[in-house]
Amino acid sequence: MNTKIGVKALAVAVIAGSIQTAVADDLTLCWASWDPANALVELSKDFEAESGHNMSFEFVPWPNFADRMLNELNSGGGLCDLMIGDSQWIGGAAENGHYIKLNDFFAKEGIDMGDFIPATVTGYSEWPKGTPNYWALPAFGDVVGWTYRKDWFERPELQKEYKAKYGRDLNVPKDLDELKDIAQFFQNRTIDGKTVYGAAIYTERGSEGITMGVTNALYNYGFEYSNPSKPYDLNGFVNSKKAAAGLEYYKELYDTATPPGSSNWYMGENIDAYKSGQVALQMNFAFIWPGVEADPNVGGGKSGYFPNPPGPGGHFAQLGGQGISVVAASDKRDAALEYIKWFAQKKVQDKWWKAGGYSALKAVVEDPGFVSSQPYAKTFLDSMAIVKDFWAEPAYADLLLPMQERIHDYVIAGKGTAQEALDGLVEDWTEVLEDEGKL
Amino acid sequence: MLQAFIDKLVQKTPPSVSNRVSGLSDKKLAWLFVSPTILLLLAVNIFPLVWTIYLSFTNYRVNRPNRDVKWVDLRNYERILTDSDIWQTMQATAHFLVSTIVLQVVLGFTLAFLINKKFKGNDLLTTLIVLPMMLSPAVVGNFWTFLYQPQIGLFNYMISFFSGADPSSFSMIGDVHLAPWAIVIVDTWMWTPFVMLICLAGLRSIPDSIYEAAECDRASQWRQFWTITVPMVLPFLMLAVLFRGIENFKMFDLVVQLTGGGPGSLTTLSSIDLKREAFEKWKTGYSSAYAVILFVTVFGLASIYVKALNKVKDR
Repeated sequence: MNTKIGVKALAVAVIAGSIQTAVADDLTLCWASWDPANALVELSKDFEAESGHNMSFEFVPWPNFADRMLNELNSGGGLCDLMIGDSQWIGGAAENGHYIKLNDFFAKEGIDMGDFIPATVTGYSEWPKGTPNYWALPAFGDVVGWTYRKDWFERPELQKEYKAKYGRDLNVPKDLDELKDIAQFFQNRTIDGKTVYGAAIYTERGSEGITMGVTNALYNYGFEYSNPSKPYDLNGFVNSKKAAAGLEYYKELYDTATPPGSSNWYMGENIDAYKSGQVALQMNFAFIWPGVEADPNVGGGKSGYFPNPPGPGGHFAQLGGQGISVVAASDKRDAALEYIKWFAQKKVQDKWWKAGGYSALKAVVEDPGFVSSQPYAKTFLDSMAIVKDFWAEPAYADLLLPMQERIHDYVIAGKGTAQEALDGLVEDWTEVLEDEGKL
Repeated sequence: MLQAFIDKLVQKTPPSVSNRVSGLSDKKLAWLFVSPTILLLLAVNIFPLVWTIYLSFTNYRVNRPNRDVKWVDLRNYERILTDSDIWQTMQATAHFLVSTIVLQVVLGFTLAFLINKKFKGNDLLTTLIVLPMMLSPAVVGNFWTFLYQPQIGLFNYMISFFSGADPSSFSMIGDVHLAPWAIVIVDTWMWTPFVMLICLAGLRSIPDSIYEAAECDRASQWRQFWTITVPMVLPFLMLAVLFRGIENFKMFDLVVQLTGGGPGSLTTLSSIDLKREAFEKWKTGYSSAYAVILFVTVFGLASIYVKALNKVKDR
């Protein structure tokens, strides 16, 4: 009898073991190589424990991230099962069948896009924009904002000198002009025996840097991607006089208030310049703020944060961040969907925020304790309310490259005028959109 | 042991097989041996080339697999050759090519001439001089960005030391006038040793007897240099120019690391531009035409140059 029970138990154990083996998948998640990715590795250990799946990660440094991952998607490669891809990829990934559509999955699992910050749903998940067609779950909310040396701003001698020069207190800038004044005020100033500079801004040429920076000035001076009432009608919107003024503003900021040699700077260089005490202000995506707070030189109350200030044409900030998608070429779709289901839970999103990831779940960011949970939490929330994104068309890369070239040519190399740069951009974008059959 | 194995193998080979192989003519046997190489070359060299030429007449885009591929005749070529931006990258490439070659030839030859003399520590010095060319271009590009940093860069401090100028008053990779020279300086630093080594081989191949005969004829050192050294090293020098020319025409990694093609498009060389068209804009047909134009340019220039090189050698 006992032998029979033992055999049965063994058989059950073997079957159970084989079932477990059959459903346990090795999932690979692809993302950029940066601090939040490390936090996600830690977070995903809970998923491994709960699901029995193994998680592997493929992280690529930002300058090569788009190249590497878009190559992977275009070639139908099987490296990634889950992709945390840039917001601008969504159009191409949806139209070319690189991501699977998640509507049915969301409906089945009770995941409601209304539970996420609206800007992140539009930015990271929807294609076509403004329609309820979802290709990703908002994974990491991000936006360009500003970090400043609060400890320098609070120095009485600097406050006094600033007030005497500009007639107002040295404080968080209320608009872009004040931002420029503050940056110019600190340019070439000696603080603690060291020469410091105004602001570290995005100027990088090779990938998307200068575009992600200049848009924060362009939007707020009145730049529009196209006629709001006639899509893809560019002339007079991309190259309006107001937009040209915004571009001139950015060039002046670069010429008069940035560290020498900062002609090809993006996220990493700006962080380094700020943390090493070279600059009073830095433009950067919000993802850096946990790292700033933890830094022994500039953290622990020495730094403050503020959203991109308004300009004469409005108040916007460049959207960053990404959604998480299931790669269509993956043969482990069910396990990948299981990960998304797990990631969408409130308890996981809470933990994600605490680990340094920017949750886009309303239940997390609208929690009464959220604003006081971190010194930058309010700035993050305020910034997410004013976001605007670059083109997310399938041809986004074709649209990005001429912008990089035209803007860098004008701002950094000083070639031509702002108006000529934007007129040239209209020509380039028109050609791309014609090629795409949009015009 | 091995012989025993081979003998055993011969014995075990069925007569039908050995008769078939032994019945082959020399010509057929030769074809049998070279055919794997030919097939490999066709697969990895010729087929991609022919395919690229075909694609260059289409509007194919690798990231639009579902879109119809249309035959566009010479439209891609026309667009490239009439695009002022592409001519600007060609100019940047030409500036880079000519400047680096001139500097590397002058410096490389001079170094070789000096190192050719017998002195203590000659070998050690030669090893030290050739170190830069052993480094990865990406690594070199990366650390030169630090050397060029206005606040902390050693290069700026060195210039400041000799000129008295403030080190942070100029930016080698951010200034429109200096950036094209910044990439030339780094490439020259890295590849002058290569030219030096080739020249050194040329100098060491000149028999001492020629100089001795010239001494007997009371030819001056200056005269010996121009009538013996230079003509006899010239074929080597021209070979070095050919290698450096081809290498620098496709220069990519070093410049991308250093300047990213900026400021603006000032240091965007043809290879960088081509990569952006092909793998960032994904204009496969267009970039194929671009690649064909560059290939024809390099191939044409190299052919003319090789003919000139042969003439010099035959002299």
